[in-house]
Amino acid sequence: MAVDENLKIEMGKQGVFVTTLQELYNWGRRSSVWPMNFGLACCAIEMIATTMARYDLARFGAEVFRPSPRQADLMIISGTVTKKMAPQVVRLYNQMGEPRYVIAMGACAISGGPFKQGYNVLKGIDRYIPVDVHIPGCPPRPEALLDAFITLQKKIDAQSLTGENRPRHLNPEGQGEFPVPEQGEHDLEPPSNTLVWPAPMVIR
Amino acid sequence: MVSNTYIPLVVLFVAALGFGLAPLGLAWLWARFFSPRKPNAIKNAIYECGLVSKGDAWVQFRSAYYLYAIIFLIFDVEAVFLLPFAVAFTGLSMAACLAMLVFVLLLVEGLAWAWAKGVLTWA
Repeated sequence: MAVDENLKIEMGKQGVFVTTLQELYNWGRRSSVWPMNFGLACCAIEMIATTMARYDLARFGAEVFRPSPRQADLMIISGTVTKKMAPQVVRLYNQMGEPRYVIAMGACAISGGPFKQGYNVLKGIDRYIPVDVHIPGCPPRPEALLDAFITLQKKIDAQSLTGENRPRHLNPEGQGEFPVPEQGEHDLEPPSNTLVWPAPMVIR
Repeated sequence: MVSNTYIPLVVLFVAALGFGLAPLGLAWLWARFFSPRKPNAIKNAIYECGLVSKGDAWVQFRSAYYLYAIIFLIFDVEAVFLLPFAVAFTGLSMAACLAMLVFVLLLVEGLAWAWAKGVLTWA
């Protein structure tokens, strides 16, 4: 049970600090998100800049880039996802431990961007894996990535441990496997994961 | 009561052990009860770079390769000696030249021996 916000402030003034297990848990998770050491295209350069001294992602507790999906809980899709690379991206996402989050960075990761008409470019990674935060831009500046990261932290903070809307990793029924597409004759098979991305209906 | 001067050390050791193990235990309990396991075939795959692993990781190398490695090592070391020898060649005395010749011939003899034994033929 959450304590009334005003009561909490009032008690804080008297030197009594209260919290809930949920707040502690979410605080711990959002304060040490470990992104995966994984760059796809030019956005990755901006991602690298974000981790360096000038922009310093470490201020938000996310400086530990892990080269293994087993140790990472944030995947930053930084750049164009080609159809050749998409199965690998989805497989890496599957291999990350729960809870896991995805930031789609830049126009390409969102929709294919300037290469949308290309025969070999995936039109958005959200066709196969659930994306938490989208950042527009080509490429987005490091400030945009920081903003996306803060947005993700707010999202983690708002997650409840119990109830209907609890995140997938806390739900025993929530499935953690996302099918890896395969190279078909003309396109990836299947062209999208309909559970994650229901194909838009064209109404004429 | 028998008082032992080492008892504080034991107490501190147990406390230190608990300090380290308690968070691990709590994390384990939390994961056990609140965060259900979601294993699947893709997640449990061995390889971690996004590709499907091919074949078996338990590959056996032929022991015959060991002889190649030894012979390569001998001539690799020889090259290290040959370079300064070539650089200083014009200023060398007769005795030094002969010593170097003996050294090279010894290695050539070793190579000839290995060749005669059939080591260089990959069977």
